[in-house]
Amino acid sequence: MGLNAQNITNEELFYGHKACGGCGAALSIRLVMKVLGKRTFAIVPPNCMSTVAFIYPSMTFGCSGAITPFAGTAAFEAGVEAGAKELGLTDYTVVGFAGDGGTADIGLQSLSGAIDRGDRIMYICYDNEAYMNTGVQTSGLTPYGAKTTTSPAGDRLPGNTKAKKNVFEIVAAHDIPYAATASLGYPEDLLNKVAKAKAVNGPSYIHIFAPCPTGWGCASELTVDLAKKAVDTGLWYLAEYENHEYTLNRNPKEFGDVKEYLKKQNRFAHLKDEDIAEICRIRDAKWAQMRTHWNA
Amino acid sequence: MSEKMFICSDEAVALGAKLARPQVIAAYPITPQTIVVERLSDYVEDGSLKATYLHVESEHSAITASLGAASVGARTFTATSSQGLLYMTEGLYYASGARFPIVMMDANRSLALPWNIYGDQRDSLSQLASGWIQLYAEDAQEALDLTIQAYKVAEDPEVMLPVMVCLDGFVLTHTYEVVEIPEQDKVDAFIPYQNYANKMDLDNPTSNCITAGPDYNLEFHYQQHIATLKAGEKLIAADKEYGELFGRTYGGLVETYRTDDADAVIVTLGSVAGTTRCVVDALRAEGKKVGLLRIRCMRPFPEKEIIAALQHVKAVGVLEKDIDHGCEGVVFTNVNSALMRGTTKPATFNFIAGLGGRSILKGDIAQCFDKLLRQAAGEPQSPTVEFVKLGC
Amino acid sequence: MNRPQPVNFVPPKTLAEYPVGPCCPSAHIVGINAGMRTFRPIIDHATCVHCLRCFLVCPEGAIDKSEADLEIDLNYCKGCGVCAHECKVGAITLVKETEA
Repeated sequence: MGLNAQNITNEELFYGHKACGGCGAALSIRLVMKVLGKRTFAIVPPNCMSTVAFIYPSMTFGCSGAITPFAGTAAFEAGVEAGAKELGLTDYTVVGFAGDGGTADIGLQSLSGAIDRGDRIMYICYDNEAYMNTGVQTSGLTPYGAKTTTSPAGDRLPGNTKAKKNVFEIVAAHDIPYAATASLGYPEDLLNKVAKAKAVNGPSYIHIFAPCPTGWGCASELTVDLAKKAVDTGLWYLAEYENHEYTLNRNPKEFGDVKEYLKKQNRFAHLKDEDIAEICRIRDAKWAQMRTHWNA
Repeated sequence: MSEKMFICSDEAVALGAKLARPQVIAAYPITPQTIVVERLSDYVEDGSLKATYLHVESEHSAITASLGAASVGARTFTATSSQGLLYMTEGLYYASGARFPIVMMDANRSLALPWNIYGDQRDSLSQLASGWIQLYAEDAQEALDLTIQAYKVAEDPEVMLPVMVCLDGFVLTHTYEVVEIPEQDKVDAFIPYQNYANKMDLDNPTSNCITAGPDYNLEFHYQQHIATLKAGEKLIAADKEYGELFGRTYGGLVETYRTDDADAVIVTLGSVAGTTRCVVDALRAEGKKVGLLRIRCMRPFPEKEIIAALQHVKAVGVLEKDIDHGCEGVVFTNVNSALMRGTTKPATFNFIAGLGGRSILKGDIAQCFDKLLRQAAGEPQSPTVEFVKLGC
Repeated sequence: MNRPQPVNFVPPKTLAEYPVGPCCPSAHIVGINAGMRTFRPIIDHATCVHCLRCFLVCPEGAIDKSEADLEIDLNYCKGCGVCAHECKVGAITLVKETEA
């Protein structure tokens, strides 16, 4: 039987943080830490999570942890892993928690290096689709049509003008032992993917779709709901890469209502019907590729 | 018995690092540091050094992986040069702020632009404020000895700071000399592995490299400043203990040569001190009262030693392979600042030389002394920063 | 209630009392977050079917499942409303703090 709300530990290892109400990033870390347990080194670059978790004297991780230079989450993890191994430590996990910008943009090089070396590290990307800590600027994982403070929407532009960078497949292209996508809308699926990643003797990567009510301009109670709708509408997908193969974990026959998903978020409030059609076109092209080439 | 080997300074540093038994090495190749990392890779491969060598994809990751390794209490070594050191800059401040005793070799090399791979000291001198203990070797033997002593100072519980061992690119890194190699058991006894008080621990979970807001930030920096000053005392003590064990001492933070009755003294760092010493001897043979002060440690800055050695000298020249454009050489700025605090202040002059690897010959140094001696004889000299052997 | 408790932190007065560099014991929470809350979730235990969806999806981890009845740690609940929104049987209602 897999992990679920009934059998997962009641112990909290990310507690008392100062994140906004309904924070998807905080929920991501909380759930991951429940699987990993106390014998973990949690490595976090400067982002909302290190900001809310590591301000002296208030420490919210229940395990050891550190803030790294922004570009170096995976390199810091690699150092921790190498040091711990040389010191003879056993039964521990080294995990990194970086956001979408920290992963897809500034942290991509060191992530690639660590995966290529085969370092035994876990890397979690919590994807809230913009640089939220600095006030909602566009990142490589901001979707088409999203309005951010650096991709404003107006008469000339519909907000961000390009689709999300395909980080999951960039990571998989290293032939990583285990990579997965997940969503806070499917928390049990996430827990079990973390358990799988924990058992890998090498690098592992999980990309979690994690809404940010503050940055998205939506009600704080919608965090989990929107994360589920993103999957159900096909704007996000649940998949795994292992044994050199991609597998789609969910392959809905029909997609949910994209417009309904978008209109609950202020960042998409400006979208015209043709913009929404473009979002669906990007989605459909992606699904056509996945359905053709991936196990489903 | 210690053995003697004919090696270059890069190899001497690699042997020094090997003798210190680092548990993690994370480095990225850059000329003229490469021989260091090649030799260390060999030692790891042949099993003579039990360590993990991380083939990182950049200098930024080299220093960041070093931070990670040190954060769990592993003894860590890295090496770089020039652009690589600049690419590490963020991590340099991180390491000192975190109080991680990482030891790094820097092969002093020019900074682009213009592109140039040869030796000057603009790379490490640009990082004086990064919080690292910064040491300068004059020859291959000192490079090896300093690499070992660096761990002694870095890991001292009252210090806990990273140390940068700097040696001139090519002039030292690629020049072969006879070097005495210390015995492993004696090195082990000199630098036993220390448990780092600030490490992340599985049994007693610790949060590290954390944020300190306005209420606490100043105090952490004050603490780091005090520890950096303390490192000066520890280096002097380490040099003395090393001398007792291995028969070589270097005299602490500065080395003075014929300065006691000198009218004119040149202050410099690194290998050019050797050439300067020859010029001092030649001029002394002519009855000219000249001397040399070699700075071995730029951080902590040896203010007291410099005042004691130079405040009664008539003219002091700082000869450096560095320029802070629009101002002066940064070594000069530091020396001048120290001398302002003495009871009397000599006339001070700045000589910029050796940029991009241009040779500094005996005649060049003699010309610098000539200017200082004229000043000492009562003939005022121009205080303008002088570019030695300027071709235009 | 089985949830981490805030520690009584005494700020360091001397340099010797500071940690070596910026580090600190983990699980060291100073102060509470109740002030961030506008709405308070209240669980109707008679309606609750103990599916634990709310426990699972609470971004704070403020819902304790160790007792027969779920308990909310109001020191750290921020009142985001995810629990109430996700509850499939409508057992959680949000009440304005000023009226609670």
